[in-house]
Amino acid sequence: MSVLRVMGTETEYGISVPGQPGANAMVTSSQIVNAYQAATAARARRARWDFEEENPLRDARGFDLARESADSTQLTDEDLGLANVILTNGARLYVDHAHPEYSTPECTNPLSTVIWDKAGERIMAEAAERAATIPGAAPIQLYKNNTDNKGASYGTHENYLMRRATPFADIVRHLTPFFVSRQVICGAGRVGIGADGRGVGFQISQRADFFEVEVGLETTLKRPIINTRDEPHADPEKYRRLHVIIGDANMSEVATYLKVGTTALVLSMIEDKFLDADLSLDAAVADLRAVSHDPSLRRLVTLRNGKKMTAIQLQREYLELARKYTEDKFGSDVDSMTADVLDRWESVLNRLSEDPMQLSRELDWVAKLELLEGFRVRDGLAWDHPRLQLIDLQYSDVRQARGLYNRLAAKGRMVQLATEEQIRRAIDEPPEDTRAYFRGRCLRQYAESVAAASWDSVIFDIPGRESLQRVPTLEPLRGTKAHVGNLLRRCRTAADLVSALTGQPE
Amino acid sequence: MATSKDTGGQRQTSRRTEEAEETEAKSTEEVQERHEKLSDDVDAILDEIDEVLEENAEEFVRSYVQKGGQ
Repeated sequence: MSVLRVMGTETEYGISVPGQPGANAMVTSSQIVNAYQAATAARARRARWDFEEENPLRDARGFDLARESADSTQLTDEDLGLANVILTNGARLYVDHAHPEYSTPECTNPLSTVIWDKAGERIMAEAAERAATIPGAAPIQLYKNNTDNKGASYGTHENYLMRRATPFADIVRHLTPFFVSRQVICGAGRVGIGADGRGVGFQISQRADFFEVEVGLETTLKRPIINTRDEPHADPEKYRRLHVIIGDANMSEVATYLKVGTTALVLSMIEDKFLDADLSLDAAVADLRAVSHDPSLRRLVTLRNGKKMTAIQLQREYLELARKYTEDKFGSDVDSMTADVLDRWESVLNRLSEDPMQLSRELDWVAKLELLEGFRVRDGLAWDHPRLQLIDLQYSDVRQARGLYNRLAAKGRMVQLATEEQIRRAIDEPPEDTRAYFRGRCLRQYAESVAAASWDSVIFDIPGRESLQRVPTLEPLRGTKAHVGNLLRRCRTAADLVSALTGQPE
Repeated sequence: MATSKDTGGQRQTSRRTEEAEETEAKSTEEVQERHEKLSDDVDAILDEIDEVLEENAEEFVRSYVQKGGQ
């Protein structure tokens, strides 16, 4: 494989009601999800989320955590009656903990991931607009960031489908140094140091200060650089889903594209046992923070073999390996997106080492830093000035008119990889090349008959049939347009579809 | 001949050094120019951002309190 792989992102958005800091976030988050659902095509019936295949306590290291010993925030499979809907684009929009969350449908490449991730921002913005039209409702504001700068963090996760046979120890060994260093590309920038943000200054990453251990199952406490949650949402004999919790929420399309593209390349090298160089770090958690705290990018990390290098140099090691890997494996037949990811990766690293400010139109942390430095110089602001903290926060405001990233993008100041047309389409339409197509189309065509759905199933309630009809979708690359497009066109009702799939007449 | 050759050689060496110095000076100048151009460019956007920034930054930032998530 290459950068092409089944992947997706999930983002918990920051939520606030200005003037009402005491507003119950579970309630306001539900208002967001419900307001969007009420306005969409899937409104005819509230399809439930199907929790049957969810195993948040399964650990990739091969054991299950007892439910009694789990923190209640880890029990994500308990249906608390919180708003939870499946959209016609195949995505999931729901309330997770005290945040509205958007999970992209399954995508097969970095650009699609950017497109459906961006669609999520638009969906959140529209949801907040609709929630505000409810009489008496105070306006709710949503932010695609990862901390309130007062000790709380909420996640932006990436998911990658991997071969089950790949030893987890290999993943940990090769991915940890990569994750420690990739923030120089995909960090979102943050004003404040330390989990509570009280330290004065700017750092590269939103999330770095919230990570405490190298490997673990938790996602809400003692956060690990490598998360071992093992819920494949697919055939568990064949696949694992690598659940990555260390990334920042990116507004920049280049940052998201390189984040998932370069990670996918490293995963391919791990699966193909191409990596024998050991780039393990002496103190990965401390290095993660130290790298984040040095926007000059000169900080050295120490490898277990004694070598010292910067995060950029460490990224270059992976880049060179990835170049060699794709050359060996594909030669000149390399697909165009893999070639593009490699070229952009190299170009970004070159310019970062020359003068990071050259990346202000491509990377979030640099774009943010340029704005902050601009205000500092113009208005003589110190790093602990509230206006700088506001700029950090408002950079990620999802509204087109108020979000600072969105203002920069509208001015043509950010490099964009997806067209507006592609993003608008992705708000309603699923990717055509994964099972998300089947899920999304079923929601669109048979909304009244879909009782529940999840990543790996669609459940129909067919008039005249006594039991619910569950259609498993355990293969992420089946249920594509090529696979079921004709079938869905032929079946006018859900009953027709179930009959066709089961081979039984109604 | 030998002397002039040596001199030429020396001259060449010093010319190479001068060229290297010039290149270095030029690239520093370029970086500086780029920074100046950037900051003009940034000034324009700062004015625009002033218009959309939330009012009362201190209060706004203080009341942005989240529950932890994943």
